[in-house]
Amino acid sequence: MSNKLISQMGLPSSLANVFSARNILTAKDALSLPEFDLMALLDVDRDQVRTAVARISEIACPPCRTALSLMEDRALTGGYLPTRLLGLDRALRGGIPFGALTELVGPSGIGKTQFCLKLALLAALPSSYGGLNGRVIYMDTESKFHSTRLIEIGRSSFPHIFNSEGMAQEMAGRIIVLRPASLDELTESLQQIQLIILQHDVKLLIVDSMAAILVGENERSTTGQKQHSCHLPLSFLKSLAEFSQIPIVVTNQVRSQNNYEVVHYPFQGIQWAHAVTIRLIFEAHSGQRFIKISKSPTSPAIAFPFLVKSSGIALLSDEGLEVTGSEMSTIRCEGLNVLVEGAEPFPHLGC
Amino acid sequence: MSASIAMAESSRSGAHALLDGAQTAWDMLSEEQMQKPITTGCEELDTILGGGIQCKAVTEIGGIPGIGKTQLGIQLAVNVQIPVQYGGLGGKAVYIDTEGSFMVERAHQIIEGCIADLFEKFEHRKQSLVCPYILQPNSFLANIFYFRVCSYTEQIAAVNYLEKFLEEHKDIIVVDSITFHFRRDFDDLAMRTRVLGGMSSKLMRFTKKHNLAVVLLNQVTTKFVDGSFQLTLALGDSWSHACTNRIILYWNGNERHAYIDKSPSLRSASAPFQVTSKGIRNVTSNCKRVRMM
Repeated sequence: MSNKLISQMGLPSSLANVFSARNILTAKDALSLPEFDLMALLDVDRDQVRTAVARISEIACPPCRTALSLMEDRALTGGYLPTRLLGLDRALRGGIPFGALTELVGPSGIGKTQFCLKLALLAALPSSYGGLNGRVIYMDTESKFHSTRLIEIGRSSFPHIFNSEGMAQEMAGRIIVLRPASLDELTESLQQIQLIILQHDVKLLIVDSMAAILVGENERSTTGQKQHSCHLPLSFLKSLAEFSQIPIVVTNQVRSQNNYEVVHYPFQGIQWAHAVTIRLIFEAHSGQRFIKISKSPTSPAIAFPFLVKSSGIALLSDEGLEVTGSEMSTIRCEGLNVLVEGAEPFPHLGC
Repeated sequence: MSASIAMAESSRSGAHALLDGAQTAWDMLSEEQMQKPITTGCEELDTILGGGIQCKAVTEIGGIPGIGKTQLGIQLAVNVQIPVQYGGLGGKAVYIDTEGSFMVERAHQIIEGCIADLFEKFEHRKQSLVCPYILQPNSFLANIFYFRVCSYTEQIAAVNYLEKFLEEHKDIIVVDSITFHFRRDFDDLAMRTRVLGGMSSKLMRFTKKHNLAVVLLNQVTTKFVDGSFQLTLALGDSWSHACTNRIILYWNGNERHAYIDKSPSLRSASAPFQVTSKGIRNVTSNCKRVRMM
């Protein structure tokens, strides 16, 4: 919209010529200048500038929709990918939302990848089994994707599907794993993914994890250097989600030095944090692991205790524990030895 | 001689024209007293606001992510529609969404909560006070006019376009959030201040001309100042003059509070509020358990 050309907006040709003569070619060029500056630059009177700006604005303005039509659209696309964790789905009013960015954050080894593997399967399942019957793109930046574990989760959770002839192959075949070797490769692939999503009927995109990119962004913002609009990947992913109306899930790491640290993740100070619609914090304390809904438009902050089983994540209780105040955004890493970098250990046995 | 008489006459009629366009303080007072404010859903918050969000004013609401700005924004877009027969304005809302924070399911939830509370409050009336069609969620949803803007260009275009759009009666404009797109991508900071100034004076004009309320939600960010992180309103220096009233939402222990930071007519005060599944409400002591729908 910002890049719409003034020459194609139907302004009277004398006026249109003046704009292009002064190198004001797009809506963005024209609207970035205050009215007075435009008058001086174009050497036309105020009324003419006002009429021109009104016309340019009308065209560059995004279309107006009523909330009712938004609701009707939602009803058409289904709107959610249920996680099959009853308490979580109930709190999120359905599950992981389409058209939005969901972030999973927590210390290494806690179960975020396990959660992602299950989601990938759920999206691949045929609709008769409650799935989205589509392909999944899994961007694995830290080599944590283990296909044996994926099949194990599948066999444990949906034995009737996975034990029938060829289904395991079919389901696993729908999950496309990309392994970008560097930060640049990751950003590049994100650019191309938009097309892939449309052409290959992709119903879910998972980025596990975004940590490498976000560390870079974080550093830039805290040193106070002016941020130019280089690729802020999360904002890009968010627009991608809105455009393609699929759920996009990203995971994020926190690192603690010792076993009892409480990490105060400075979500408020970081611009990209606003791009996320739902934030689930995975944390450990009091000898248990919890999935905590830290940010959600439809749910208060509640935490569910969970275990990791052979069938993936299982909630120990569907009634959450209410969480208030600053606890909503802290991440507790008690009892998790996170000094070992690299692949998550298989936490089959829970804790 | 005749020339000077003509000039005196014309300056007199010019003076008349100037006075014709002005209002006396008494007229303004009568007008203000007739103007119903928009309830926030929380009685204590309404009280410190003098009844609710004032029409004919620009109110800025700032706070950290997660404190409830969007929740309050959606609540106001719903509450403006409460029919006159139920004590409201019977109006319509424009919602400009710059970050994609608006979730229509949440709006639906809040609308249901509002309607349920209205029925409860007016229970003693046997019949519905208005045509039953009006107190349906779909009616409320149809009166929220939503613009999704993805860049500062679109934001400026949308505010400019509102000039024409507002000819059809609207009562509140919510911008969620106002500075988001201006914080990056603008290389010339002096220019940015002037563009923001132009936008804010336009919005200010809308309140007077169209008799509506403008609510601007703003982010609070951490700035690295003097060796420590401090919370400030985004683009605060270039923006501070642009609003009539400013409210800051903040955490007080485990409770959400709202504080009147700037107002020409309201006293500095703060009030607690809650975000419930029904929307923004008073804090009640027996409301500790999380109730799932």
